[in-house]
Amino acid sequence: MAFLFAQFLTGLANAAALFLVASGLSLIFGVTRIVNFAHGSFYMLGAFIGVTLMEVLPGHLGFWGAIVLTGLAVGLIGALVEVVVLRRIYRAPELFQLVATFGVILVIQDLALMIWGAEDRLGPRAPGLRGVWRIFGEPVPKYDIVLIAITPFILLALWYLITRTRLGILVRAATQDREMVGALGVNQAWLFTGVFALGSALAGWGGALQLPTGGADLLMDFNIIGAVFVVVVIGGMGSLPGAFVASVLISVLNVFGVTYLPQSTLVLMFVVMALVLIVRPYGLLGREEVAGEHGQVGAPETPIRPYGPLGVALTAALLALLAALPAFADTFLMVLVIDIVVFALFAASLHFILGTGGLVSFGHAAFFGGGAYAAALLVFHTQTPMELAFLFAPLAAGLLALGIGWFCIRLSGVYFAMLTLAFSQLVWSLAFQWRSVTRGDDGLINIWPADWLNATVPYYYFTLALGVGGILTLRHVIHSPFGYALRAGRDSPRQAEAMGIDVKRVQLVAFALAGAMAGLAGGLFVFSKGSVFPTELEIAKSFDALIVVFLGGVKTLAGGVVGASFMTSVEHWLTRLEYWRLLLGLVIIAVVILMPEGIVGTLHRLWQRWRPASEDTAR
Amino acid sequence: MLEVSAIHSFYGKAHILDGLSFSVARGEVVALLGRNGAGKSTTMKSVMQLVPPRAGSVSFEGRELVGLPAYRTAKAGLGYVPEDRRIFSDLTVLENLEVGRQPPREGAPHWTVAQLFELFPNLAERRHNRGKHMSGGEQQMLSIARTLMGNPALLLLDEPSEGIAPVIVEQMARSILTLKAEGLTVLISEQNLHFARAVADRAIILESGQKKFDGSFALLEKQPEIRDAYLSV
Repeated sequence: MAFLFAQFLTGLANAAALFLVASGLSLIFGVTRIVNFAHGSFYMLGAFIGVTLMEVLPGHLGFWGAIVLTGLAVGLIGALVEVVVLRRIYRAPELFQLVATFGVILVIQDLALMIWGAEDRLGPRAPGLRGVWRIFGEPVPKYDIVLIAITPFILLALWYLITRTRLGILVRAATQDREMVGALGVNQAWLFTGVFALGSALAGWGGALQLPTGGADLLMDFNIIGAVFVVVVIGGMGSLPGAFVASVLISVLNVFGVTYLPQSTLVLMFVVMALVLIVRPYGLLGREEVAGEHGQVGAPETPIRPYGPLGVALTAALLALLAALPAFADTFLMVLVIDIVVFALFAASLHFILGTGGLVSFGHAAFFGGGAYAAALLVFHTQTPMELAFLFAPLAAGLLALGIGWFCIRLSGVYFAMLTLAFSQLVWSLAFQWRSVTRGDDGLINIWPADWLNATVPYYYFTLALGVGGILTLRHVIHSPFGYALRAGRDSPRQAEAMGIDVKRVQLVAFALAGAMAGLAGGLFVFSKGSVFPTELEIAKSFDALIVVFLGGVKTLAGGVVGASFMTSVEHWLTRLEYWRLLLGLVIIAVVILMPEGIVGTLHRLWQRWRPASEDTAR
Repeated sequence: MLEVSAIHSFYGKAHILDGLSFSVARGEVVALLGRNGAGKSTTMKSVMQLVPPRAGSVSFEGRELVGLPAYRTAKAGLGYVPEDRRIFSDLTVLENLEVGRQPPREGAPHWTVAQLFELFPNLAERRHNRGKHMSGGEQQMLSIARTLMGNPALLLLDEPSEGIAPVIVEQMARSILTLKAEGLTVLISEQNLHFARAVADRAIILESGQKKFDGSFALLEKQPEIRDAYLSV
């Protein structure tokens, strides 16, 4: 019993940092509607800046002073990011900003590597709080007790700020209707900057406060971001008390999980999140998101049309070029094109459900990796012929998508995104931890295609045929009555229902189709590489696809394909350099700022300006 | 005080205001009349720079507003009360008023919460209620009071009588006359001719984003063909 209580206290202490980071994210999302992936980076910066300051400043005052200063410093950095990057793209399509924040992650990662080096830093002990106190005979670190004592005051201070001060009132008003706040004479630009700075400062404080128990390393950003999103979603987007309750819940569960069910740790919080969202779709203390409550930003959807003669001619020319490629290209270039086609199909499948269906999935890698694993497992365990195993890739992924979709489709917006993320984490942890079947992170190897395909040129044509075929199929579906129904459900679910469209059913079928196409890409992938590892199921893989869809242009048809080609090529060249993350991050941020409608969308606009009377062919 | 000259405003590609010009003098109450879709609300939003005109000029006390963000327009002394009220529904009455609060302004009446509660007694009783728990009429009063907290010199009132119980409309008319007596300049858009005549000194009639009439109500009385052609009475 005493041991259990001590464990509980550890969980409570861990909740402090988590709550700080999560409340910052929640605040930023509530006002700016930005899903800030870079929030974990501010937490990491807090840890590194905190360590550095604590080395410089001595004693009690130094330790606590360093923590306070760290928050202020990270808040300043956050304000800088907001002013330089995000302020320029508030009017871009919703969720476009997350691409920019992804660029920020990459930049901060490499800057941290440059400044602090690759070695992990151990956090200093808090002066005067080095030992343990005995509670019911169990040792509990003194610093843990202090953290537990501080947390309610942080909650109280934040609650006071939000409910009792003018700034808090303005923040809540802007959460509901930014434009009206502006019309009443409040400069929203600075309000947004202020909120972003405050949210970042909270993340920085979280990073600094956990130093004595944790430390600082370069993986902190990605390690915490999953947990932070989970906390914010479980608590309810924008609810501070919700974030507090959820932080405690997740931290305590984690401590017990580590002790009693070690193999559960990777997935426990995602299971909890899935359960909460299925029972309470808007989190424990969240409110239902009312459509249009926050005011639509950006231009409305423009209708999409099939290509005109010029578009068809250009596409045909490109395909002819690709078909003729083996005649003059070397293996290296063909492998690059195979990679591009596989990624383009994967991105096109996400683009289909995201752009046409309006459903932002954060877990699309589950179907790409799921397809790859389905085929690989059959070959690995039962020596199934490649042709048959390959068919299973889209089939299994489609079925998986049907199952996951059945749970997720009842939610919408960010909550839908988070539930897909939770399920993809489940699939990932299955591949990672069910070692007897999947061999864990050793991966499945020796998954080669059948003899007639087992060379670069035949496999090149195989990939080209199926990849392009898959992309064309998706395009065809978009222009079919089913595609119209899907778009109707996206733009106006109520009207669509009133016209007799079963919106949820259409969305579910579309989700399954997108999953199957991602699985097809996964099948092509696994036989081209000869192996598959759990990394293909990771969050990072899902994010890669999201990034290229937004980069390419979510409101255009070719966005996914163009974005994937652009990204694969750029990555290919940049990864040879030492600080490639920094460069890639800067490239992403530059594209986001210069082309707020994505590459295709912006090119299309330029084209129309150049030839205003021309046919709508450039998309 | 307000000089609007030859503005053209668009929603996307839809051309809403077509070279509209008019002016409002200090201390005047002017009514913008016209049917649904005539461009009344767009005129309000274009003056406020919420829908910035693509051509033409809006000058306020000699200062050009086109090109300014809406918050600067508000700071210049314009107060905007939107047609759909846009109350912050999760905020209480007092909090809604706080959002609108701006420092006192020279040449414009200065409002305090207490004075506004005198002007709209219903709000005083509901000061701790959330916006979403109030009736349409109360929300309209709150929206006006919230804008007055910014101490505007010119008030833009977009269809204040729309969707409100008749007894409240009368109360609203009295409140607007009080505002006029305080020295406030008001531009009000209306479909309710009776209401407009009760509060305004002058009428401007819009149709398809163009001005069709500009003059006193007495003059309008003498030209029933204009009333019949452009107002649905």
